[in-house]
Amino acid sequence: MLAFTLRRMLQAIGVMLAVGIIAFAMFRFAGDPVNQIVSIDTSAAERASIRQSLGLDDPVLVQFGRYFINALQFKFGVSYQFRLPVANLLMERMPATLELAICATLFAMVFGILMGVYSALRRDTMLASLFQAVSLIGISLPTFLIGILLIYLFAVTLGWLPSFGRGEVVKLGWWTTGLLTLSGLKALIMPSITLGLFQMTLIMRLVRAEMLEVLRTDYIRFARARGLTTRAIHFGHALKNTLVPVITVAGLQFGSVIAFSIITETVFQWPGMGLLFVQAVQNVDIPIMAAYLLMVSLIFVTINLVVDILYTVVDPRLRSTVGRTA
Amino acid sequence: MSDAVVPHRSEAHAPSGRPDIGWFKRALDSDIFYSFRRSKLTMAAAAVTLLFFLLAIFASWLAVQNPFDPAQLQLINSRISPLWTADGQSPFLLGTDEQGRDVFSAILYGLRISLTVGVLGVILSGALGIALGLTAGYFGGMIDGVIMRIADVQLTFPAILIALLVNGVAKSLFGNRLDEMSMLGVLVVAIGLSFWVQYARTVRGSVMVEKNKDYVAAAQLIGLPAPKIMMRHVLPNTMGPILVIATINLALAIITEATLSFLGSGMPDTMPSLGTLIRIGNNYLFAGEWWIVAFPGLALAGLILSINLLGDWLRDALNPKLR
Repeated sequence: MLAFTLRRMLQAIGVMLAVGIIAFAMFRFAGDPVNQIVSIDTSAAERASIRQSLGLDDPVLVQFGRYFINALQFKFGVSYQFRLPVANLLMERMPATLELAICATLFAMVFGILMGVYSALRRDTMLASLFQAVSLIGISLPTFLIGILLIYLFAVTLGWLPSFGRGEVVKLGWWTTGLLTLSGLKALIMPSITLGLFQMTLIMRLVRAEMLEVLRTDYIRFARARGLTTRAIHFGHALKNTLVPVITVAGLQFGSVIAFSIITETVFQWPGMGLLFVQAVQNVDIPIMAAYLLMVSLIFVTINLVVDILYTVVDPRLRSTVGRTA
Repeated sequence: MSDAVVPHRSEAHAPSGRPDIGWFKRALDSDIFYSFRRSKLTMAAAAVTLLFFLLAIFASWLAVQNPFDPAQLQLINSRISPLWTADGQSPFLLGTDEQGRDVFSAILYGLRISLTVGVLGVILSGALGIALGLTAGYFGGMIDGVIMRIADVQLTFPAILIALLVNGVAKSLFGNRLDEMSMLGVLVVAIGLSFWVQYARTVRGSVMVEKNKDYVAAAQLIGLPAPKIMMRHVLPNTMGPILVIATINLALAIITEATLSFLGSGMPDTMPSLGTLIRIGNNYLFAGEWWIVAFPGLALAGLILSINLLGDWLRDALNPKLR
C-alpha cells in the first residue's frame, strides 16, 4: 500500500515536471519577454542590459531551474497585458471559477442521479425516453450553444435571469463569494446549468447502467425474498452500491469541469480564471497561459492522485490490480 | 478510397465457388448494410450528413453572394430579417447580418470551412495516432513506454485546453503574419495534436494482439521490412475500431473548431466558420436579431448530432458482440 502510494506520487511529480518544461518552453521561447517590456524606441544597448538583468543570457538549464523555483513559490512572472503579477491575477479570479465549478458539479450529481435512477426503474415510460433524448442532446450540443440558448430564453425573452457577470459579491477575507446575495445566486443559475449539463448526462448514463446491472444481482433477489419494501431495496441496497463509481467519476471530472469553464465563462462573461485565460490566448499573454497550464495541471494531478489512493483505501480488491497497471 | 480498391480485388480474387456479383452488390448484401437498412434513425442521420457535405461542396453555386468578398456586401442590405417574416426581402432566405452578409450564404461557406478543418484535423490526428500506435505496439519496450506515457499525460487534459494552447503559441510565434488560410492550418494542427491519443491507444492494443499471430511471423520469415509488415499486413486488421473513432472524432473536431472560433481564437471574421458566425451573431441577440445566431447554431447542432448518430451506429454495427 505504501509502495503503491509512493509510486503514484512519484508519477504525479514526473507529470508536473513534464508540464513544467512545456510551460517554461512557452514562457521562454514562444514570446520574447524583452519585447513585451520595452517600447519601440529603446536602444539596443538598453535591451541588452534588460536581457542581462532578466537573466535571459544564462544557460537554458539555469533559466529552467530559476523558473521552476519561482513557480514553486507561485511567482509566474508579470502579465504582458495588465502589468501585474500573474499569481495575483489568478488568485483574484480563482473564487469565481471554483464556485461555478462546484455548483455545476452539484447540479450534475443531483439531477444526474435522479434522472438515472428514474430511467433505470421505469425503463419504458415516456419520461425515461425523454431523459435519454436529453442526454443525447447534452452530448451533441456544444457548450456555448447551450449557453446562448439559455440566455436567449431566460435573459432576452423572459428577462428572469441576468445574462452576464457574477452579480453582487461579498468579500470574506481574500475570497469573494456570490452565494450570499440574491443577485449573486441568480447569476449563478445559468452558468452552472451550462457547465454541468455534459457531466449530468454522463452521470445519468452511468447511474442507469449501474442500476440495471445491480438490480440483476443475487443480493437484490435475496432482499426481495426477505420481503423488504421495494423502496428499501431500490434506495437502500441498489442505489448505495451504484454510488461509488458515480462519486469517482464526478471527482475525476471535476478537473475537466474547471477546464471547460473556459467556454462557459466566456459565454456569460464570468470573471474567473477561464475568461482570463481566453483573453490571454487572444492577446498572446504568454505568462498567464503558462501559469494557467501549471495551475490546471496541478489540480488535475492532485485529483487523480487522491482518487487513486482513496480507491485503494475504500476497496481492498483493487490494491493488487491497480498496483500492476499503474 | 477503399471503394476504388474493392472492385479491382473482387475481379482479381473472386472466390471460385461464388459468382462474381461486383463490389456494389456485395456491399448491399453485407451485414453492415443490413443493419444500416434496419435503423431508420441511422438512415436519416446519413442523409442529413450527406446533405451537409453536398451543401458545403456546392456552396458557390447555391449561395446568392460570396460572403468572403467584401465587394459583394452592401450595407443597405444589413439586418434584414428572414424571408417569411414581415420585413423579409427576396434573395435573403434567412436574413442578413450587420454588414449586409446573407446568413444562408454565410452558413454554406462557413460549413465548408468547418468541414474542411474537421476532416483535415481528423486525418492529421489519425495519421499521427496510427503511426505512433503502430510503432509503440510493434516494437514495444522503451519506445512503447515513452509514447504511451506521453499519451497518458495528454489524456488527462481536455482537448480544448491543448488546442487553445497550441493556438496561442502559434499566434505568438508568427505574430500578426497569419492570414486566413494559415489560421486554418493552425486550427488543423491544433486539432490534430489534441486528438491523436485515442487512435494510438486503440492501434497499439490491436497491434499487440495481431503481432503474435502466424501471418506476421510468416511475413517476418520471408524478410519483409518492419514498416511494410505494419502498413500492409497489421494495419488493415485494425481498421474497424479506427473507423469508429474517426467518425466520432469528426464530430468532436467540428465542435472543437467551432468552440475555438467562438472563443475568438479560430477563424477570423473575414473568413468565418460556423463558430465565428455564432460569435458574431451572439452580439446581436439582445437587439432582437435572433436569426444571425440561430441558423448557424442550428446548422452546427444538426451536423454534429447526425455525425454522432452515425458514429454510434457504426460502433454497434462493427461490434460482433452486440449482434
